[in-house]
Amino acid sequence: MTTNFLLSGFGGQGILFAGKQLAKTGMDTGLNVSWLPSYGPEMRGGAANCSVIISDKEIGSPIVTTPDVLVALNLPSFLKFESAIKAGGTLISDSAMIPEKSARTDINAYYIPATKMASENGLDGLANVIILGYLLKITKIFDYEMFLDHMIKGIPPHKAALIDKNRVALSLGYNYNE
Amino acid sequence: MSGKVLMKGNEALAEAAIRNGCIHFFGYPITPQTELAEYMAKRLPKVGGLCLQAESEIAAINMVLGAAASGVRAMTSSSSPGISLKSEGISYMVGSDLPCLICNVQRGGPGLGGIQPSQQDYYQATKANGHGDLHLFVVAPASVQEMVTLVGRAFDVADTYRTPAMILADGALGQMMEPVDFDTALAGKREVPEKTWATCGHEGKRKKNIINSLFINPDELEKSVLEREERYKLIEKNEVLWEEYLVDDADIVIVSYGISARICKSAIEMARAEGIKVGMIRPITLWPYPKAALAKAANTASKFLVVELNMGQMVDDVKVAIDCRRPVSFFGRTGGMLPTADDVLAEIRKLNGGKQ
Amino acid sequence: MVVFDRPKSLSPVPFHYCPGCTHGIVHRLVAEAIDALGIEGKTIGIAPVGCSVFAYNYFECDMIEAAHGRAPAVATGVKRTHPDNIVFTYQGDGDLAAIGTAETVHASARGENITIIFINNAIYGMTGGQMAPTSLPGQVTTTSPYGRDVNIQGNPIHICEMLSTLDGVAYAERVAVNNPKNVLKAKKAIQKAFQNQIDKKGLSIVEVVSTCPTNWGMTPAEALKWVDEKMIPFYPLGVYKDVDAKGDAQ
Repeated sequence: MTTNFLLSGFGGQGILFAGKQLAKTGMDTGLNVSWLPSYGPEMRGGAANCSVIISDKEIGSPIVTTPDVLVALNLPSFLKFESAIKAGGTLISDSAMIPEKSARTDINAYYIPATKMASENGLDGLANVIILGYLLKITKIFDYEMFLDHMIKGIPPHKAALIDKNRVALSLGYNYNE
Repeated sequence: MSGKVLMKGNEALAEAAIRNGCIHFFGYPITPQTELAEYMAKRLPKVGGLCLQAESEIAAINMVLGAAASGVRAMTSSSSPGISLKSEGISYMVGSDLPCLICNVQRGGPGLGGIQPSQQDYYQATKANGHGDLHLFVVAPASVQEMVTLVGRAFDVADTYRTPAMILADGALGQMMEPVDFDTALAGKREVPEKTWATCGHEGKRKKNIINSLFINPDELEKSVLEREERYKLIEKNEVLWEEYLVDDADIVIVSYGISARICKSAIEMARAEGIKVGMIRPITLWPYPKAALAKAANTASKFLVVELNMGQMVDDVKVAIDCRRPVSFFGRTGGMLPTADDVLAEIRKLNGGKQ
Repeated sequence: MVVFDRPKSLSPVPFHYCPGCTHGIVHRLVAEAIDALGIEGKTIGIAPVGCSVFAYNYFECDMIEAAHGRAPAVATGVKRTHPDNIVFTYQGDGDLAAIGTAETVHASARGENITIIFINNAIYGMTGGQMAPTSLPGQVTTTSPYGRDVNIQGNPIHICEMLSTLDGVAYAERVAVNNPKNVLKAKKAIQKAFQNQIDKKGLSIVEVVSTCPTNWGMTPAEALKWVDEKMIPFYPLGVYKDVDAKGDAQ
């Protein structure tokens, strides 16, 4: 079983961090993983995306061009990658940032106003974690508690103040009902 | 929980170098290899080492020359345009028989080119990274794990044969994260000769050492080149590395290295599912080249397909290795564009006579 | 009545620079100087490698993109071929004062009749915040993560002071663009640096103390303050050489 993720948004929305959490948890559970970011000056304020592959087999190409799961955090990402999602695949879209809805009938599209939920709950900058929570519920790729545990362990000591906020953000996303 | 860590290729390579005793790093910022230098800047002061940002790639390689001449393991890293600048120093290091490690995290060229992954420096790395009769020991990792395991090998070969070694990676391998097991970094460690030739002050206890690439008399220069050639022959005999993947029954053999080889592996899996007998030989050392493995494959396979991120720089090496006994075709993207596994699959189908 | 407009020599395209970066201001000042002197049609600009690598997209005159640090050598080739054209380079600190130091010094020593605009923001921007030759002692960058230690990483270079010792240099002034008063001074200096070339006086360099909020890790306002409090005391503004003014200022 191989799952190809593509996460995309503006630089600074925490796309790369979210992808890394998925890859790291995959690795810790004994799966093969790869994480490949877009890179260069575009990372400063422009578009950022990362390919994450989680598989029980050896991973060939680390580049995800036809994702099983697309996480889109801004409109340019939606416009660029929505049509590339594999038939039967999944779209998770931040509806606070992206007014468009997918017209495709061969994918499962989910919408969550993650950026709005973040600012309403004093969790600015954690829309990425809210989305991760929602992604866990939809894809069931990892056990929620285990993922939370790994994510918290990955927060460095000097950012310990963020542990509770991350916990709340992940839970908000996981318990979101459209 | 496994003993693996999730790391970027650039950083993993740096860590592996330190664990292999390289605590002298000289470099200059250039995308997409800068994380390597940044990692060194953070780590080396903690282990009693030195990371010095030079004023240019030219200065950096000459600092490596000085450190290597002094008898330590030294390295530099850069990306394509910076490697061009280092070529002069590399040639001087070859001429002076100095070991070192040079890492090229390739990006698109020529000129300033771009910053996305490419394999456009194959000719430069394997044919002429500087003037004179010279070779570098060139290895092409295909995973972050190999960015680690090949570092020790490269240093050991460099020290054993007194030659610069190069890790030819690319922007994708440098930037991507994969699980890495560092226990393997020192696994293949071998005994290397003592550096009795190093210029570190004779203290009146031995004859003076000279590190030099100038031989003004042609007979002396020829002698020195011929002596080096003997070492090159030993490298070709002892140090060739490659991976074979489903070659035994393959009608079509893909030849591909580095990040391209991974894309090909995905394509081969898809083609096999369609019943197409396709396999791959992945050169791990690009010099010395795995000629014998290719020649053997030509006994059973009927077609060869070279896949690279350039305009076909390795094609001639394959043709020579198989003595032009089989047709060799080429597929590649360039300038920082990467083919998908589907693109490679389409080429495989074409070679299979359009049959699926 | 139009009171504020885009200079004719500045291309009508958005800059790619980060918020609070002062490249935009200096680009504008260069374009204003070209407009004021009416030389757009005969000017050739040389872009560097660094954040301003895309400068060739921003000026309406002919432009060349040089290899990292080689702009003064490229400018020499252009100027010697077309001595009556106006040639300027636009270079950052890594480009001009690290990898291109030899070209900078020797173009200056030869007295090439060109104009150099030198952006000193004490950091490498394009590659993401590494130490520059002009990074201040103690300054934290990604390649001096424990602060620049002059005993390890060496001392910063004062370009205007150094070049003012060379006979071929006609004019060297250091300016800043962190407040309106300084911007006006910078505008005057840049225009003089071009006028000198028209008058065939030799090499003119204007060093502009600039900002990099992104890689300094500051807001744009904090960055302007840092220029005042840290950069200018270390890199004093003023005229370091002017062949017109006997006995050189400063």
